[in-house]
Amino acid sequence: MSEKMLGPLLDRDLIQETISTAMSKGGQWAEVFVEDRQSASTEFDEGRVESMVSSRDLGAGIRVTVGEATGFAHTADLSLEGLREAALAAAAAAQGGNQIEPVALRGQGASLNRAEILPSTVSKARKVELTRQTDAAAREVDGAITQVSVRYSEGRRRILVANSDGVFNGDDQTRILLSVNCVASGDQGLQTGRETVGYTVGFELFDEYDVEAMARRAARRAITKLEARPAPSGQLPVVIQRGGGGVLFHEACGHGLEADLVDKGASVFRDRIGELVASPTVTLVDDGTMGSEWGTIAIDDEGCLSQRNVLIENGVLTDYMWDHSRSRSARRELSGNGRRQSYQHLPMVRMTNTFVMNGEIKPEDIVSDTEKGVYVAQLGGGQVNTATGDFVFGMTEAYLIEDGRITAPLRESNLIGNGPDVLQNIELLGNDFAMGSPGTCGKDGQGVPVGDGQPTLRVASLTIGGTAS
Amino acid sequence: MKNTAELPDLAQGLLTGARENEQFEVCLSRGRSTTVKAYLGQIESVRSGASQAVGVRIVVDGRQGFATAGSLDPEVLKQVVEEARENLQFAESDPDQGIAIPDGVVPPGLDLTDPAVLRLTAEDRAAVAIELERRCLSSDSRITGVRSSAWSDGWGEFALASTSGIAVQSEGGSCSVGVQPLAMQGTETQIGHAGDAARRPDALDLDRVVSEAVEDATRMLGATKPSSEKVTVVLEPSVAAAFLGTVVGALTGERVIKGRSPFAERLGEQIAVAQLTLIDDPTNMESLGADNHDGEGLAARRNVIVDSGVLSQFLHNSYTGRRAGTSSTGSAVRGPRSTPSVGIHALTIAPGVNNRDELFAKIKKGVFIRGVNGLHSGVNPVSGDFSVGAYGQRIQGGALGEPFREATIASTLQRMLLDIVEIGGDFEFLPNGTGMTSIAIADVALSGI
Repeated sequence: MSEKMLGPLLDRDLIQETISTAMSKGGQWAEVFVEDRQSASTEFDEGRVESMVSSRDLGAGIRVTVGEATGFAHTADLSLEGLREAALAAAAAAQGGNQIEPVALRGQGASLNRAEILPSTVSKARKVELTRQTDAAAREVDGAITQVSVRYSEGRRRILVANSDGVFNGDDQTRILLSVNCVASGDQGLQTGRETVGYTVGFELFDEYDVEAMARRAARRAITKLEARPAPSGQLPVVIQRGGGGVLFHEACGHGLEADLVDKGASVFRDRIGELVASPTVTLVDDGTMGSEWGTIAIDDEGCLSQRNVLIENGVLTDYMWDHSRSRSARRELSGNGRRQSYQHLPMVRMTNTFVMNGEIKPEDIVSDTEKGVYVAQLGGGQVNTATGDFVFGMTEAYLIEDGRITAPLRESNLIGNGPDVLQNIELLGNDFAMGSPGTCGKDGQGVPVGDGQPTLRVASLTIGGTAS
Repeated sequence: MKNTAELPDLAQGLLTGARENEQFEVCLSRGRSTTVKAYLGQIESVRSGASQAVGVRIVVDGRQGFATAGSLDPEVLKQVVEEARENLQFAESDPDQGIAIPDGVVPPGLDLTDPAVLRLTAEDRAAVAIELERRCLSSDSRITGVRSSAWSDGWGEFALASTSGIAVQSEGGSCSVGVQPLAMQGTETQIGHAGDAARRPDALDLDRVVSEAVEDATRMLGATKPSSEKVTVVLEPSVAAAFLGTVVGALTGERVIKGRSPFAERLGEQIAVAQLTLIDDPTNMESLGADNHDGEGLAARRNVIVDSGVLSQFLHNSYTGRRAGTSSTGSAVRGPRSTPSVGIHALTIAPGVNNRDELFAKIKKGVFIRGVNGLHSGVNPVSGDFSVGAYGQRIQGGALGEPFREATIASTLQRMLLDIVEIGGDFEFLPNGTGMTSIAIADVALSGI
């Protein structure tokens, strides 16, 4: 056993007893989720360390179900008494089933930390130095850069999931994020450029990753936009650079493939398994096992091993994503997509790393094949109405395409499209797959880390929400 | 371990550990919350829990350290103080950095501790969630389901104390409901949303929540994509609140002093039409954002931000106020988990006189915006670029017409303030505490086909 393998966060007998208490009112299934989260951040702004912050959270969430009813209670008190109180509070909302004996906990409940260098073992001075180096590289790009802020953050999240089916699994997740925001000032006002790097790794990330190059990209983005003209208003073909637009699929169809939304009739993809829902070149995958990507997890927050799930294969809808309660009512296997923001939240169906696989076309041919359109080099966030499939996403770096060439930079705006339409309208798919920037996906008030990716591609038509006619 | 000590005592206890050269501020909270969701006439889930939080800020020679934790366990409190002390060693000195100094302003003395939510039972909560769903389903034959019907309530205590002599405490409760009905026609589905929030359960307007949510879903059935053109838009109050909230965000001290606001150099200038007056007024009990103190323990106060179109002041906390050569406007916003930033407590617009139909009557061709999305992705508060997804209804010949969807509206924050043609008289306090009306804005780019 590796020295990084740690035993369970809480004692097995204590958990077993808590599960029994949770089921004592006639609960048919019970779960204990324990979480210990430690995070720290460094804010570097206006050329100096503005603040360093550290944070600690430890607690448990207890869930009991009877039929379709769920009782849930959370507590920061992990003593026998504290857990008992929470278990009874959860049980009060899920009573009246037959007495069922919970299965004895199997497994070790142990967790392996896959970080080579735990960030907490690195000196704070080194982290300050990293932000200073990033700041300096951005400022050196151009005198028009008037403000730079850099944020470094690290988080370690140890979890333990146990339930009355005997599941007793742990995970030890370490994530690192570095972001830089630049403001450039010109005759026509201010513009911004942002870059973010984040992985599920330890501090070894910075042995290889070139933070100065990242800082320069952010600074150049702000400088370029000083000359930007208003984006068009209306429909045009849109080419999205590799890695820049995975969020399009996250919004266009990812959310609509979450089984909880499908089940409640709030998804345009309901009852469409086996149908051609996308251009036959499109294969969409959600993969929680993917290297050290931002959305990677060893187990989900219901104790299920994370896995690779093909959602759309050659344009055909093959599966939705599932959590414990939806897979149970559909009598099928779990898919490793049950996630929650913290021990204070109920899990629900969430994406991990969602991406579209390579096509066969060279990216330069996609641009040269486009007479008039918009080239999006970086997308910001997005949002979808899963009932209609209408989704927006912001473009934070974009250019016009004229006569097959990338030309003038455009000011920021949102794009709007309809998920099912856009999937059918992916007309060219490149062979240059890349993952994009780390993201936080929000759903019903809970945020979880997710990754996305895609090769360069062209959508036949999207509505550009600019102001130029 | 449980810590049942009174929060102010706990805070004073921590202050005694401050060293002579330290400015030391402790922020503590403790609370309980419950959320009940109903589905198909039954309880779907009940979520409840207790939470605790501590935040300690220490400043020495202009260097600030901060640490926080989700527990009031004595051992944890000790660690948090040590962490904050360690963190400040790595911060760099800023002569304006520091905790708030009492400024003599008297707090409004609002009684916000209505105990009504403490008397709620599990049955009360479930009954409302189930009732909301049932009423949505029975109100219109096109409503085929409800994605979510939820009740939430909570009670919280807060205490803040510092070595500069600040010692404040508060406690209070609130409750809210939210419902998302689904309307179907043929193969088309539309989802509606509505909600309400109040300090006491009997102040929630369930009739209105049901009718708004159902209308929000059914009105959009048959919506089509509009043509791209410059039009006059009428923003309904929640959309107007989102737009003006973004504007006021760019008028907060932090953004202004750091050169991240398009309005940084415009104090005293006309930035909007003369009809626009914007006030942050946490002293008005009618707003759910009302409070006696800000996030640094200074008295909450009424601040006129835009006065008849003139930018009359920026909002500040102690740090940004000092740096700007002025003083705090009582606008520190924070919980124990973060350092104080600068923000709005209860943004309020001075209403016009005409109701919504009278606003529409003056518009030959335009759109009524019922909702927007992508505010976080398409609005850049530094450059002022504004572009959001929008849905609603067309306005033709002075009246509401067919619904539209899959469109965007775009302009810049700077231009929109000057292109306001009318402020409505339909003033209301939204569940988020904002007091708002409908607003008509000319010359906005609508993008569709």
